[in-house]
This record gives sequence, C-alpha cells and structure tokens, in this order.
Amino acid sequence: MSDVSPFIPTSAPKGRPRGSRLSSLFEGLCFAAATALVAALGGLLVALFIGGWPTLRKFGVGFLTTSTWNPVTEIYGAAGPLVGTLVTSAVSLVFALPVAAGVAFFLTELCPDRLRRPIGTAVELLAGIPSIVYGMWGLFVLAPLFARHVEIPLMAAAPPGSLWDKLTTGIPNGSGILMASVILAIMILPFMAATLRDLLLSVPPAVRESAYGLGATTKEVVLSVTLPYIRSGAIGAVMLGLGRALGETMAVTFVIGNSHDFPASMFASGSTIASTIANEFTEASSPAHFSALIALGLVLFVITFTVLALARLLLGLQEKHA
Amino acid sequence: MSVEILDAPEVQVLELPPDETRIQVKNLNFFYGTKQALFDVSLAFRRQSVTALIGPSGCGKSTLLRTLNRMYSLYPHQRAEGQVLLDGEDVLARGVDLAALRARVGMVFQKPTPFPMSIFDNVAYGVRLYEKLSRHDLAARVEESLRRAALWDEVKDKLKDSGHGLSGGQQQRLCVARAIAVRPEVLLLDEPASALDPISTARLEETISDLKSDYTVIVVTHNLGQAARLSDHTGFMYLGQLVEYGETDQVFTSPATTRARDYITGRFG
Repeated sequence: MSDVSPFIPTSAPKGRPRGSRLSSLFEGLCFAAATALVAALGGLLVALFIGGWPTLRKFGVGFLTTSTWNPVTEIYGAAGPLVGTLVTSAVSLVFALPVAAGVAFFLTELCPDRLRRPIGTAVELLAGIPSIVYGMWGLFVLAPLFARHVEIPLMAAAPPGSLWDKLTTGIPNGSGILMASVILAIMILPFMAATLRDLLLSVPPAVRESAYGLGATTKEVVLSVTLPYIRSGAIGAVMLGLGRALGETMAVTFVIGNSHDFPASMFASGSTIASTIANEFTEASSPAHFSALIALGLVLFVITFTVLALARLLLGLQEKHA
Repeated sequence: MSVEILDAPEVQVLELPPDETRIQVKNLNFFYGTKQALFDVSLAFRRQSVTALIGPSGCGKSTLLRTLNRMYSLYPHQRAEGQVLLDGEDVLARGVDLAALRARVGMVFQKPTPFPMSIFDNVAYGVRLYEKLSRHDLAARVEESLRRAALWDEVKDKLKDSGHGLSGGQQQRLCVARAIAVRPEVLLLDEPASALDPISTARLEETISDLKSDYTVIVVTHNLGQAARLSDHTGFMYLGQLVEYGETDQVFTSPATTRARDYITGRFG
C-alpha cells in the first residue's frame, strides 16, 4: 500500500455516490415524461385508426378519390376536403415564401439598426396572434376588400376560355379557396420569416466576410454563399410552415365557404379537412358520419406527419452539414 | 534602414521610402461605437515582404487589419479616422468601391471559411466575379492557386467534392488558394494558423513565405516564433497603439522599447 497516492482516501464509502437516489428519481421522472408523450402519440394514431376503420373498410380508396359527402345517404368521399387542404396550403406557401424571404433578408442584411428590433418583434407578435382572430378579421375586414379589389378585377381581366378564366369562375364574394389561401399565407408568414431570419443569422460572420473579402457585392454574397449555406434548413422551415397551414382550422373555416364539393376554381367555395371536422363534429349523430370524420382526421394526421418528418430530415442534414 | 524616434519616448516606428511602400497608414484612429480601439497608428507596409503584427489580445492587431480592406464597413457603428493609402489612394475616403478594394486586398481568417460548394468552385468563386476566363484558363488558374497554397496534390482527384469535407488544415489552405486566385496586391492573414495542428501550420508557413515574391503579406499572429520565422518586419501593438515597428531581427533580438522587450521575453501577454 506504500505506493498508493496519499490523496486517495483508502476508506472511501462503497456503493453509489452521494445524491444518487435523487438523481435516479430525476432520471425516472424525465423518462416517464418522454414515454408518456410517445404513448400519447401512439394512442392517438391507434384511436384514429379504430374510429375511422368502418369508413375506410366501407369505401376503401374511394374515400380519398370520390367527392360525394352526404351524411343523409351516408356516402362519404373526402376528395373535396383533401384537395382543398392541399391546394390552400400549397398556394399559401407560394404567396408567403417570397415575402418571408424578403423580410428575413431585410432584417439581417439591409435594415438600419434602429428598425431591426421593432420589426423583428412585430414579426414575432404576428406569429403569436390566435387563429380565431385572423379568421374574424379575414371574414369581416379582409374578405369584402379582397372581393372588391382583387377578385372582381381578376375575373374581369381573364381572357374567356383561358386557364385563368377557368380558375376565376364562381362568385367573387371573398369566400373560397383563394381567400383561404391568402389568410393562411398571412398566418404562416411570420413563422417562416422568423425562422429564415434565425437561419441567416446562423451563417458564421467569417464566411460572409470571406465572400465580401473576395470583392463580392451584397447580392452576390446572398445568392452564392448565404442562401446555399442555409438551403436545407430553409427547406425545413418551409415544411414546418406547410405543416402549420395543413392543420390550420378556425381561420380557414371562416373564409373558405365550407362546401364539400370538389373545388372547381380558385373562387369556388371549398373546405379543408380541418374545417370539415370543426364544422360537423357537433352535428355528427350517426356512427357512420362520426367514423367518416375520424377517418378524415387520420388522413390529416398522416399528411402532416409526413411533412414534419421530411422537415426533420432536412433540418438534420443541415446540422450535419454545418 | 534608418530608425526615427517619434515624440513619445516609448514608441519607435520604422519609416520606409515611398517607392518601397505598398500601404501607408497615417494617424489612424478606430472606434467601435464610442470605444476607441486604435490610437493614432501610423506605419508603412512594404511591397513584396511579410509584415507581422504581434501583441497581446485586444491590442488592435485584427482591428488594424480590418481597416486595410474596409471589412469593418459591413457593420454600423464601426468607423475609422485618418488615412490608409494603398498605392497612394486613400481607401478610407467616401465613395471608394469596396468590392473592388477587397478584390485588391485579400483576406484569410482565423478559422477556415470554405463556402458551401465544391473545392474547384471555392477557388474559382472570386475569379468568376471579376474575370471572364475560358473554362481552360479558369481550370489553370485554380490549379496554379491550389499549387501555390500547397494543396493541389491532396485535392487534385476530388475537385468536385465539397470544401467542407477537407480537414481543418486543408480547409485553411483552400481559403488561402481562394484568396490568391483573384491575384490581389495585398494579402491579409488574421491568425491563419491558430486553429491548425503543427504539421498544417508548417505547410501554411511555407506557403506564406513563397507568396511574398508576389504579394504584400500582412499577418496577425499570437505565435511569436511564427512571426520571427515568417516576417521581414514586425509591428508590436499594445492597447491600440503601435509601440514598436522595425525589422524583425531587430525587434526580436534588441527591442528598443521596454514594452516590446517584456512581451517578447514573455514577461506579459
């Protein structure tokens, strides 16, 4: 024992170190919290599947491909809400993305220091407004203005027989697929702008300075260095915005017109999966109607889950890249 | 070389004849907001030589470097007063074309900063901004730059691979290749070897020594051995002032000021 360092106490207490009971309790609680979350997700999926099964068994693929939705005759085809969901989300993305990118670039590259914080805070506040507020504002304020100053001119300007003409047939009353897309765009815009801004800020200053140091102008730095640097992260941000648009309920219910028909034009009334469920759940008296709504929920779950999984994947790639 | 002692007893600054001078800094003051970082700095950087700037952290070495290519202009609240004459033109003047200036005064940073593109495109990036070269000439320029940066043999078979896949030392030499590909007149190196292992550092130092036949190289370093090995002239800075500036041998063997002597002999810093 003579060569043992005198600083190691030979009578060290055996067993687990001090405080180990508290730390294992802590670990247990954290584990339970995480497991509960996964269990809730699994339970939700199973419940949706069981609840929707009668409908899925009866109509099969036809549930997704036919557009007759008639609770009286108990025929349920969800093509109308399905297409309404996908179209409004996609169109809202087309509207929102360029504006969000513009806001983000302005805030990080061009904005005078004095305005940076107020504008940044405004963007974050917009993201926090409850969707019911957007819905009311959309219906009572925006829709009449939109009908008068956008829809009617669009309709009047369309050459007869063209695709434009086909897309703008219907009643220009500020209630339909296009109006819902616009409201969705306004709702996902702040989230995407804030995320894109954070991504732009994550580009190391030295990388940007290197590009400037070679004699590049702001435009060249943004296009050839900054944008490629955040590319996959930006795709992830867009997917998260899309996920939000897919599931958005109240604001859309206010302005989409709530028709189960397959939307024939951008001005036609339509519905989304979420708006259909919100509208009909209280009135679903028969088990078949109930099951059809649950099946709709399952479809939305799968679509949203796929989009979010893709977003995760792309964000993960970005992190590995950086 | 004549040495002139300026008014303050503890400051000693070498003057160069005008025809040997690439950059003449005159009475340069620099401010981060209200905080002054450089005080009345005046010195001349010689053509086709390596000048080292040494001094403790926060002494203003990097700040001085960043005024030479106006990199500070990217940030509001940072401003410089005085004159920085590049071949007689004041780069601090209003209306200077910053992009054109930075194409003439290249810079390599402390950490490697490859762009998210292939190795070839990294080196070709700056060239494409200012010159319309044929595909063949561009390839030749990229090869020449990579050879001068002592990286060609390691990457010649994978020019299409991402620059991010290289090791840290290779990435830094890629950044050197990228900077010299645009054929700048001056090359600024801000602690280029501080993130590198000894072997990569040795290769980078060889590269820098080779470059001085064509370029005015200014290197900021914390590594005194590196400054002694690489440079022809050395400037010692302390608290935002240039305390001593002279030929490297003289600064290292018989510094004229006590501050420089204390720093070089390891008494502080």
